[in-house]
Amino acid sequence: MHDHPHGDSELDEMTARVRALETILVDKGLVDPAAVDAIIDTYENKVGPRNGAQVVARAWSDPAFAEALAQDATTAIASMGFEGRQGEHMVAVFNTETTHNLVVCTLCSCYPWPVLGLPPVWYKAPAYRARAVREPRAVLAEFGVTLPEDTAIRVWDSTAEVRYLVIPARPEGTEGLDEAALAELVTRDSMIGCGQAKSPVAS
Amino acid sequence: MNGPQDLGGRHGFGPVVPEDEDIRFHADWEKRVLGLTLACGALGHWNIDISRHARESLPPAVYLGSSYYKIWLRGLEALLTQAGEVTEAELQAGEMQQPGLRPERRMPAAVVPKVLASGGPANRDGPAPAFAVGDKVRTKNHQPAGHTRLPGYARNCTGTIIAVHGCHVFPDSNAHGRGEAPCPLYTVRFDATELYGPEADPTLTVSIDAWEPYLDRV
Repeated sequence: MHDHPHGDSELDEMTARVRALETILVDKGLVDPAAVDAIIDTYENKVGPRNGAQVVARAWSDPAFAEALAQDATTAIASMGFEGRQGEHMVAVFNTETTHNLVVCTLCSCYPWPVLGLPPVWYKAPAYRARAVREPRAVLAEFGVTLPEDTAIRVWDSTAEVRYLVIPARPEGTEGLDEAALAELVTRDSMIGCGQAKSPVAS
Repeated sequence: MNGPQDLGGRHGFGPVVPEDEDIRFHADWEKRVLGLTLACGALGHWNIDISRHARESLPPAVYLGSSYYKIWLRGLEALLTQAGEVTEAELQAGEMQQPGLRPERRMPAAVVPKVLASGGPANRDGPAPAFAVGDKVRTKNHQPAGHTRLPGYARNCTGTIIAVHGCHVFPDSNAHGRGEAPCPLYTVRFDATELYGPEADPTLTVSIDAWEPYLDRV
């Protein structure tokens, strides 16, 4: 692709193609490579599912916060400092003994970035997008989750700019734990609805 | 559009493969695609609906045969080409052959935290909603050749309004440069048996977020 030496002529096709585009854009003054680095650093190291785990732990610990989260999730989550791109309009959905919630974006990859970070590869792949809205129990089984036969399953297809966060049920045996310890039990998958929070024994 | 992106309810894609939550990327080039895509948004040539339409307009075999970051790269190349910022010849050659159009809009590194933290809300002032929570509605048999966010599996189906979100930018218009045309947005819940027939899981309901033009009163 280049006629000048890079010392890395063994580049795979995608690496070469992306590098070519970035070179063009930087040479044209359209992209600051340091801005690209800063964007990557944000979602690789700063914004991820541990944010959402803090939200869930607070909802478990503080009934007033849980109520605020149910009424206006965008504001409640922003009060913890989590807001911005792909989290402008948040809705929290709460699992109970009789109801399980699951989130998908069948049309693309919509996902609540400020609380969960970037979506996992399976969330963006055809199998999950096709099946989550039709056979969620089979999908859940692939995550090792089996729900009672009479549990109501509510699937939320993120077709607009509203982003959904599942608040998993609080595990048994966690009465004495503080928010930091509770957050450790909250997995990313449980906040999509593809898992349950961990029990303190298993963690 | 009845494109490859409209995947809800389709068969034949195999199992879901879970993955550890600490895995953020699968190659370094994926990181650059993420960063370039977000950085190029600052040039102002497109909005989120135009960018989604660019991705779903990829040839179906390309779309379905690509990882999502590859879809993003192909989409970004298409958007930049359509905007006139990059030419096919430049992409082939791998080097700049003519100046960029909007270097003055380049996103500097210093503003990245602020840009990402402020995002781009889609709510707008607009008309009062025609429907209220609890109303029964039927989705239209809406199959435009252009962009829409009414998924195929939820066309021509009766559901219940469970939330009213005020007015939001209407993607069917905004994706085609016809303005934001804000209109009321609702969450509509359907029984799976309504969507897929009597064999569907009786414990399952599925909701979509639907703009008022997609809906008729029942």
